[in-house]
Amino acid sequence: MADSQPLLICEHCDTVYRRRELCCGEIARCLRCDAILERHHRLGVGAMFALVVTAMLVFVQANVWPIVTLGLSGQMISTTLWGAIVMMWREHSQIVSMLAAATLFFFPLGKMLLLGWVLFFAQQGRRAPGFRLAMVALYRLGPWTMSEVFVLGALVAIVKARVYFEVILNPGIFAYAALTLLITVFASIDLRRLWELVPERSA
Amino acid sequence: MSQDLPRADELGLIGCHVCGLVCRDTGAEGAHCPRCHSALHRRKQASYSRTLALLLAAFMLYIPANVLPIMRTASVGDIDDNTILSGVIELWVKGSPDLAVIVFTASIVVPMLKFLALGLLLWSSRHATPWARRQRAKLYRLVELIGYWSMLDVFVVALLTALVRFGVLSLVEPLPGVVFFGLTVILTMFASMSFDPRLIWDGRESDD
Repeated sequence: MADSQPLLICEHCDTVYRRRELCCGEIARCLRCDAILERHHRLGVGAMFALVVTAMLVFVQANVWPIVTLGLSGQMISTTLWGAIVMMWREHSQIVSMLAAATLFFFPLGKMLLLGWVLFFAQQGRRAPGFRLAMVALYRLGPWTMSEVFVLGALVAIVKARVYFEVILNPGIFAYAALTLLITVFASIDLRRLWELVPERSA
Repeated sequence: MSQDLPRADELGLIGCHVCGLVCRDTGAEGAHCPRCHSALHRRKQASYSRTLALLLAAFMLYIPANVLPIMRTASVGDIDDNTILSGVIELWVKGSPDLAVIVFTASIVVPMLKFLALGLLLWSSRHATPWARRQRAKLYRLVELIGYWSMLDVFVVALLTALVRFGVLSLVEPLPGVVFFGLTVILTMFASMSFDPRLIWDGRESDD
């Protein structure tokens, strides 16, 4: 068996397959455990880069603008994500505050910056400096970004608050909603193919 | 038919857990993937005992997370402490039954499902039973997919704490229950990550 033969191993059950080019819209599934092996990708490197840049711009908006404002007898209070993180810290829930800061700010930001870095160079057909470390870090960050959960959380908080307070939606919540859509698009992209898309230079 | 498909193990191959590269299993200790330099393992290391330990720790925190209140609402001397369940009930009564169902699913059904599912997966792969392998593989992927949505209630409390700051008129404070709940979710996520779904398909001879 030659090493050059393109093989593929199902990461869920260890079954070995011969690799085949997929046509548009095709999804390869494992015969043994039914996990998705590979998808055909419509998005090229350029399109992915554009998506990451868009996501970054939306992420900035989502963090700069207040999310919602509550009103009670003429008094108005609004918050941003960081407002909530700081307040949890002050209210003796430092662990929750750190969890929120990591999963809603630092990890999503790190993911976008790393991906942006890798894709920026991939566009020019080059491997970014630190490509290997960036790819491993992206893999490790995997499930630890929770912006979409936060959007649903904001919705629940709004409905709960509406019973007692006047609720005004601010731009932040809409930016978050847009971010959730972008994250859904990203979710279907298998980052592993970047290893093959940008081959190592024989330098 | 799927019984005839070769497994990497039998062919002397290892798929890198990090980058997916197909590597030859040299049998050497401390082998590394030539492409991403991550350590190569046939199976996730000590998958069984790690998952079990994390799951038990998560379960121990899950009890105070449900018994202790997660949030205090104080308005003009009237103090109301809410647990996860009473928060769901309040949402149901105060006119949003659909949202109450979502919160109930995320905060109560999903964590319970994770405990039951991972417990079942651990027990069945320990006994190397061929029973419902495909379904168990799907169950594992479901747990992986929905696991992190349980953080919902934690974010709700954080937002309300930051928003409801009207002094004596109305004030929301987080209570220790929310910390326990957040930690439970994190630990169950680590537990499901350390479980190796390949164990579902392994025979008795290749334990651990």
